[in-house]
Amino acid sequence: MVRQETMYLNLGPQHPSTHGVLRVLLELDGEVIVRATPDIGYLHRGIEKLMEQKTYHQCLPLTDRIDYLAGSANNLGFVLAVEKLLGIEVPKRAQYIRVIVAEFTRISSHLFWLGTHAHDIGAMTPLFYAFREREQIMDLFEMINGSRLFPNYLRIGGLAQDLPEGFLYKAREFVDSFPEQIKDYEALLTKNRIWIERTKGVGVLTPEEALDYGVSGPMIRGSGIEWDIRRADPYLCYEDFDFEIPTGQNGDTYDRYLVRMEEMRQSAIIIKQAIEGLPDGDINVEDPAVTLPPKEKVYTNIEALINHFLLIQKGIVVPEGEVYVHTEAPKGELGFYIVSDGTTKPYRVKIRTPSFVNLQSLSKMAEGRLLSDLIAIIGTIDIVLADVDR
Amino acid sequence: MGIEEHLGNNIITTTLEKLVNWSRKSSLWPATFGLACCAIEMICTAANRFDIARFGMEAFRASPRQADLMIVAGTVTKKMLPAVIRIYEQMSEPKWVLAMGSCASSGGIFRSYAVVQGIDQYLPVDVYVPGCPPRPEALLYGILKIHEKIKKDPFLTKKYAHLQLEEQEKIVEKVIKDGRD
Repeated sequence: MVRQETMYLNLGPQHPSTHGVLRVLLELDGEVIVRATPDIGYLHRGIEKLMEQKTYHQCLPLTDRIDYLAGSANNLGFVLAVEKLLGIEVPKRAQYIRVIVAEFTRISSHLFWLGTHAHDIGAMTPLFYAFREREQIMDLFEMINGSRLFPNYLRIGGLAQDLPEGFLYKAREFVDSFPEQIKDYEALLTKNRIWIERTKGVGVLTPEEALDYGVSGPMIRGSGIEWDIRRADPYLCYEDFDFEIPTGQNGDTYDRYLVRMEEMRQSAIIIKQAIEGLPDGDINVEDPAVTLPPKEKVYTNIEALINHFLLIQKGIVVPEGEVYVHTEAPKGELGFYIVSDGTTKPYRVKIRTPSFVNLQSLSKMAEGRLLSDLIAIIGTIDIVLADVDR
Repeated sequence: MGIEEHLGNNIITTTLEKLVNWSRKSSLWPATFGLACCAIEMICTAANRFDIARFGMEAFRASPRQADLMIVAGTVTKKMLPAVIRIYEQMSEPKWVLAMGSCASSGGIFRSYAVVQGIDQYLPVDVYVPGCPPRPEALLYGILKIHEKIKKDPFLTKKYAHLQLEEQEKIVEKVIKDGRD
C-alpha cells in the first residue's frame, strides 16, 4: 500500500532570502507548495505601546524605525496625523521640501528592493548598480540632517531646519542623471531570459483578489488597479505635480517589477518639479504652541526661552480627538490612527503598515507554485519585517 | 648577518600562534544574519562603496556552520532570541560576536516588553559598535578591532601566560627534551 503525505518545511527565521526574520511554515507535496503560512512577530518591538509613554516629538524616532528602508516616509505619515489633530497646515515651502524628501525615500526604498529581489533570484549585478545610486541618496540625506538611514528631518509643524546650501544643486544633478541609470538596471533585467522565466506568471494576484486582500501600493497597481493615495486622496501638495501612476496587466511578479521601475522614474519627475517650483518663505508654522522659537530669540528673549523650555520639557499639547491619516509610503498605504486625550502624549497609536497587509497575500500567491518561486514571491511583496511586526 | 642574509626575502620566520592568528583574522567569515535596521547598513558595508572585501570578509555565509563571526545586526526580540542563540551554538569554534548598534548592545530606544535589553546577557560579545544605526565606517572600525583582538589571541600560550619567565623556560626545555609538557 502506498502511503502519501505532505512534508513540512520551515523557511526562516534565519534565511538569507526572507528579507529579515520572517518564518514561513510550508506544507510541501514534493516541490510544490500546498500551503504557506507566514509566522510573524520575530521583530515585534512594541512601537505602538512605546509611543503611549512618549511625547509627540519623541515618537518621531520610533516611526523612523517602522519601515527602516523608508524612514522619512513614516515620519511624514505621523507628522501629518498630528498636524491634522492640531488643525494646522505647514507653509508651502515646507510642503515642497517634504515632497522632495518623501520621493527620495521612495527611490531609495525601491532601489534596495530591486537589488535584494534580483539578488535573491540569482542576479548579483543589479545589487551593485542599485547601491551605487542609493549611496548618492544616502549622501543627500546626510546633507539635510546628518544621518544616513534615518535623517529624522520632519517635525510637527514643519521641518528641523531649512535645506542646506548646495542640496538643491546636488538633488537636481541626481534626478537629471537617474533616468539614465534606470536604463542600466533595465538592460540587465527587463529582457533577461532568466529573469523573465523566474518572474512571469509567478505570484499572480487578480484585481479581485488584490481588492479582497486589501493590498496597496505597487502590489495593487501591479494587478492593474490605479490606486495611489497621492492621487486618490492628495496630501501635502501632490495635486501641484504632474505625474503618472504606472499599472500592470497580469498582476504577476514581472509586472510589479515594471511598476516599481516606472515609479522610480515618476518620483524623479516629481522631485524635479518640486525643485523647480520650490517657493521661498518659512518652513515652520507660526504657532508658539507648536514650533520652537528661533535660536537667536531663545538667547535674547526670556519669553522665547520659557516657550522653548516648555515645548521641550512638556511637549506639544494636542487637543482631544481621534484621527486617521493615510499616506502613500513606498510599500503602500501607511496609516496612522491616533487617539489623543488632550495631553502631551498620545493615548493610543495604531499603525496600519503596508507590509503587514501585503504579506497576507503570500499564501494565496504561493499556493501551487514551486518552492523556489516562494523566494521570488517574498521579494515581490517587498516586505520589511519591522513594518510587519512594528 | 646570519641566516637572514642567505634566505633573503624568501622565508619569513614566525611563531605558530602568530601565523594562525594572522590567517584567522585575514579571512574572517561573517554569518549572513540580519535582524533589523542595522542589517541594511551591514549590507551597505558589504556592497560596492564600502566594500568589506578589502578586509578579506566578503564571504558572508548563509550557514552558521561555515561562519566564524556573528554580527548581531539589529533588535533582538524575545521571540527571536532562541533562534539567535541556536545560530551562535551552530557556529564552529573559534567564533566571535560583534554587537552592531544600540539595540544589540543595550536594547537601544526599544525599552519595551518585547525586546532583549542587550544580547550580551546571552552571548559573549567581543566588540560593541554604537549607533542607531552605526555608519558602515563604524562597522568597519569595529571589525578592525576584532581583527586586532584575534591577532593578539594567545590561544596556544594561554595555558602558561600566568607563569613567571623562568618557569616558562623550564617548560620549553621539558618540551624539547620529552616532546610534551
